[in-house]
Amino acid sequence: MLHEPAGNVEKDHATPYKTVIGVRMFVVYALVYLGFVAINVFKPALMETTVLLGLNLAVVYGFGLIILALVLALIYNLMCVKREKQVNSQGREGEIS
Amino acid sequence: MAVFIFALFVAFVLGLSFYFGRKAKSASGYFAAGGSIHWSVNGVSFAGDYLSAASFLGICGLIATKGYDGFLYSIGYLAGWIVALFVVAEPMKRLGKYTFTDALDAKFNSKGIQLAAAISTLIVSIFYLIPQMVGAGVLVTPLLHLPHAAGVIMVGLIVITIVATAGMTSTTYVQFLKGALLIVFSTVLVIAVCWRGLSTNPNPDAQSIERLSASGSNGALVISDPSYKVLSQKNVSAGKFVKVAHNGDNGGEISWWKSCENGSGIELRSTQWVTVKENGDRFINGAPASGTNGLRPVGNMEAINGKRGKEADTGSVGPFALLANIGNKDSVVNLWGKARFADGSDDVTIYHPIPTQGNKIMRPGLKFKVDGSPLQRLDFVSLMLALFFGTAALPHILIRYYTVPSPACARKSTIVAIAAIGFFYILTLFMGVGALVNGVINPADGNMSAPLLARSFGTILFAVISAIAFATVLGTVSGLIVAASGAVAHDLMDRFGGLKLSERKKVIAGKIAAFAVGVVAIILGIVFKGMNVSFLVGWAFAVAASANLPSIMMLLFWKKTTAKGIVASILVGIVAALGLILLSPSMYERYGLDPSSAPIPFSNPGIISIPLSFITLVVVSLLTQKDKKSEVAEAA
Repeated sequence: MLHEPAGNVEKDHATPYKTVIGVRMFVVYALVYLGFVAINVFKPALMETTVLLGLNLAVVYGFGLIILALVLALIYNLMCVKREKQVNSQGREGEIS
Repeated sequence: MAVFIFALFVAFVLGLSFYFGRKAKSASGYFAAGGSIHWSVNGVSFAGDYLSAASFLGICGLIATKGYDGFLYSIGYLAGWIVALFVVAEPMKRLGKYTFTDALDAKFNSKGIQLAAAISTLIVSIFYLIPQMVGAGVLVTPLLHLPHAAGVIMVGLIVITIVATAGMTSTTYVQFLKGALLIVFSTVLVIAVCWRGLSTNPNPDAQSIERLSASGSNGALVISDPSYKVLSQKNVSAGKFVKVAHNGDNGGEISWWKSCENGSGIELRSTQWVTVKENGDRFINGAPASGTNGLRPVGNMEAINGKRGKEADTGSVGPFALLANIGNKDSVVNLWGKARFADGSDDVTIYHPIPTQGNKIMRPGLKFKVDGSPLQRLDFVSLMLALFFGTAALPHILIRYYTVPSPACARKSTIVAIAAIGFFYILTLFMGVGALVNGVINPADGNMSAPLLARSFGTILFAVISAIAFATVLGTVSGLIVAASGAVAHDLMDRFGGLKLSERKKVIAGKIAAFAVGVVAIILGIVFKGMNVSFLVGWAFAVAASANLPSIMMLLFWKKTTAKGIVASILVGIVAALGLILLSPSMYERYGLDPSSAPIPFSNPGIISIPLSFITLVVVSLLTQKDKKSEVAEAA
């Protein structure tokens, strides 16, 4: 039992599921981010390569990381909302499929 | 106009604070806005909180002076929100009440955690406050024609009023307003930049670059134009500078030129210079410094896609074409460097052009030496690591999870924040390069590049952007002071000190703490005048990522975490990050010592301090497993 109630938060049966997909998505994003850092460290000249609409890899990868963050966030939310509706209405622990 | 819009905004903000002040009587109302903020409002407020002076002034300024390297901060700051969303958002809301200390301490009820986490909150908040207050001073000088200290004091007093009247509620709405305005008007500014397009002479008032050809042998230098005579030469790390007399030896017009080797011989390029005499008199470009004689704005393209002069003008361009033209390998952009040396008894600072190929501008390498030595590359990795892990460990960001009603709302507000902040960070690249090529940069201080870019489009846009930039500082400082006052009143006094304050007394303690922190912030803002805004925030991220994030993550994902492990991790993280910063080359430069003699060879501590904090937590937790049962039992 907690020594002090956090807020008046109801039990969320979808928490285990959300934790797992959150960690998985975090790993996916971290790997793409790591790729950006790795190219800069090991092959910085590659960043000058023109790849799309006259833009070089540095700009496309940079914008891509920002846009990917939003896309993953929206997918994560959709999955969370779906599972919350599913398991919380049934009042049972969420299972990871 | 600027003053009027600024005054209007401040009056509105203060009115809002007094209105909400009547509603914030409870501790929950004061520290967490009663947990009643709608997730969409909270999301934009996150943006208002997060898009600080470092983002708007610092990143745009860094891009304007160092090209793409400034955009690395945008990428790293935004990526950090992924950690916040996927790992931290919902658990923080579930476990905490007013401060992130609550969440860390939820399982243990440990005095050690309460003290360590509160200290960490205060240190990170103060680290973050310094650049905000410095930014306030930087803004006030051109906007209201007031000295730096006046700007800092003004922001400090307004923020203390905002926070002391209504705490988190008024802070939330100030941040919402500022976040929304910042994004809308930054978009307007970027559209204006694209509409104007690119040219080699965008601002007739900007410093033009003149050239002289010269030849030399055995160190002697002769200028081809006989009306110029070389008086002396200075070799410093930034290059060779030549003191020249025009139309008459020492009695002629004196100027400093940068000497550059080109394929066919030696070329001298004109510079701007500031001379400080022994008696303190200051001269700019040879004439006494005054309101009418200052450094001229700089920054332009010398060639666009290989074309020069009028034929290079692009007219209006789309956003991608703008970046593509600047980043073309046949484009040349004039960056500006700085050199400082003694000339006899004079202290001379020279601002000199550095023609740089477009493809070098639009990739990392000008500030962070990714082409350099392994240590320089490690420094870059260290920065990117701290930015990635820092966001989710910033106390003033974490407390915003307590202003919404549920964990689901915490998640949704984070997604709104990612959308708003991500969009703004994409705009920073356009605003930064816009300033870089439009002849608007103050060579002595890049922080004002975005507002000065706005000024090139007219007074109204400048007035609005400056007022928003000022509001940027207000919003972020308010959030930081709420976080710091929560750490003092709730974590230290009420819980660690065991004072068991009533709701009313806790609010009063919070207001007194807000006043005290505000005064400290004012003093630091004046003392640290001139420090680089973005760079300091990078350090705040490193301290937060080292001190807080290992504890948060391990508490959530490792069942063997103990209270002693958390305390040790926080303290080791703080000490390691601060110690590495204080012994870094950047700080040695600030102490007036040789940076190469610094015992730590890089300036970003994250790559050592973050893993060290993690390892400490694991080792101490494993060593104190026996205590864990009693800790949890006591908490229950």
